[in-house]
Amino acid sequence: MFDIDNWQEIFATIQKNKLRTFLTCFSVVWGIFILVVLLGSGNGLENGVKKDFKGDASNSIQIWQGETSMAYKGMQSGRSISFTNDDYERARQIIKQADHFSGLSGIKGTGIIAYKNQYGAFDINCVHPGAKEIKQITLVEGRFIDDLDIQNKVKSTAISTIVRDELFKNKKALGEFIKVSGVPFKVVGIIKENDDRDNRRIYLPLTTAQMIYNGSNKIYNIGFTTGDMTAEDSKKAEELIKTDFAYRHKFNVEDKRAIFIRNNLENYMRFLGLFNGIRLFVWIIGIFTIIAGIVAVSNIMIIVVKERTKEIGIRKALGAKPSSIVGLIIMESLLITGVSGYLGLLAGIGVLEWLSYIFKNSDSYFANPSVDFKVAIYATMVLVLSGTLAGVIPARRAARIRPIEALRDE
Amino acid sequence: MNNTPIISIKNINKSYSVGHNKLHVLKGLDLLISEGEMIAIMGASGSGKSTLLNILGILDNYDSGEYVLNNTLMSNLSEKQAAYYRNQFIGFVFQSFNLISFKNAMENVALPLYYQKVGRKQRNKLALEYLDRMGLLEWANHLPNELSGGQKQRIAIARSMITRPKVILADEPTGALDSKTSQEVMNIFDAINNEGITVIIVTHERDIADRTKRIIQLKDGIIEQDYYKLN
Repeated sequence: MFDIDNWQEIFATIQKNKLRTFLTCFSVVWGIFILVVLLGSGNGLENGVKKDFKGDASNSIQIWQGETSMAYKGMQSGRSISFTNDDYERARQIIKQADHFSGLSGIKGTGIIAYKNQYGAFDINCVHPGAKEIKQITLVEGRFIDDLDIQNKVKSTAISTIVRDELFKNKKALGEFIKVSGVPFKVVGIIKENDDRDNRRIYLPLTTAQMIYNGSNKIYNIGFTTGDMTAEDSKKAEELIKTDFAYRHKFNVEDKRAIFIRNNLENYMRFLGLFNGIRLFVWIIGIFTIIAGIVAVSNIMIIVVKERTKEIGIRKALGAKPSSIVGLIIMESLLITGVSGYLGLLAGIGVLEWLSYIFKNSDSYFANPSVDFKVAIYATMVLVLSGTLAGVIPARRAARIRPIEALRDE
Repeated sequence: MNNTPIISIKNINKSYSVGHNKLHVLKGLDLLISEGEMIAIMGASGSGKSTLLNILGILDNYDSGEYVLNNTLMSNLSEKQAAYYRNQFIGFVFQSFNLISFKNAMENVALPLYYQKVGRKQRNKLALEYLDRMGLLEWANHLPNELSGGQKQRIAIARSMITRPKVILADEPTGALDSKTSQEVMNIFDAINNEGITVIIVTHERDIADRTKRIIQLKDGIIEQDYYKLN
């Protein structure tokens, strides 16, 4: 079936019928193209929204202190709620399912960081080791703040690559000392975060920072990752925290401004649901487009057989076996769908690349539209396979044509 | 003349159903044809001559009786077997030439060899030889629609001969040709017959039939007359 003569026969017929071949190709190219572009755009939308989580883990919950907005037990509204180490420990106790915990405190405003005679203003974050997971920090070099730093209140710091580049230029930063608001800290790690805006940042051990800068036990913000909690579990954890904090800080549980809780998991799950919906929608459209392509191929192959009835009759009179006729038709349909499926794939990926380029620096909910290459290949394979199957029915019809009937066909 | 029967037909019946009616076309036909004969089958339209030719050419099946071609019984053949026997034993020449329009003269002639799995070079070489014998070598690369009727028919004859068949079946081979060209085509059939190939021509033209050695006259599905000419 794969000898060169057969291919020459096929190419001869394809060349003979350029318009027909083009139309078949077009329907297949279009099917795959639409599928790839739709899938890619769906992904782009998803990536764009994920980008909006600002680099924090999608399964993190963070709690901020606020001001009461309701009078409670004889206390006026407008009272500030302040967190301390006790709140951190308490949260750890009641949320047992959480896998990483951290206090997240900024020294108010930005701090001046200096290395020798280089200066820069950067965000200073005072954290526990768990911040690495909550903030989705990747290590470039060295290590992050660890438990020993916390226990012994060590003056160590992890700095982002941007801070390193600005302070150290091309010199080695690891092991050097930088001055944070005048106090020297040893650089133990170089880190990177997902979001560029987060990257002008250094991290200090929370306990060290408390000792040096505010001399107390204040924490502004507490965060944790939810481990294997479901969205519902996370909702419960949120309630648990609210009730507990309300009791200990004496504010009304219904007070929406006393503390703020951002539950990324819940938001994320909601988006995930949305995107599953979009994905399903895209697949349904894609599959129907492909079905339309298959029907078109099948249709055209039926016409091909009809048009070639006489030729098939001649071939049979000259000794063509039915298998040879079936082979001829199927190979033609395989070739047409294969080549045009591939072209559709290329065109679709091309458009996605172009969209990706256009939306590169925009702030819209659309980023990096990409299609899972495996999915695209599978889709093309499915189309080629079904295009071939679409050829089978007309091919078998062709093979069943009796030579005299075919020869009579004018 | 060699007297081995190349074709032996015994009590062949064939009918077609036309709506609810059955049209009995061949009514118990008997026929023996020896190797190397040149025969004309004649008869009015509807006499069954084309049906007989189709059965002889294994293009159509028959209802009852026995058809032995080259000592092989042709009955209940699968499509594949039929294709094989057609390819091995029979060459066809049709009234409307039946050349494949997008193939040039050489490729048309070579096509039967493609189905014998003969390599491309070899079959094109042979095809050119046969075209040369037909005096059409210079037309080898022309498409059928660039050729005259006589040229097309000579190409079709070259195609029918290229597999060295036992029998050449020609269905009104001169039906679409003028009388001068018809005689030229008959000269070619003569030459083929002189090589020992059995030639069976279906025609309704008396002067064409007169150029053969045996005339079989069909009428209403039976053989009315079957006689040898002595010239």
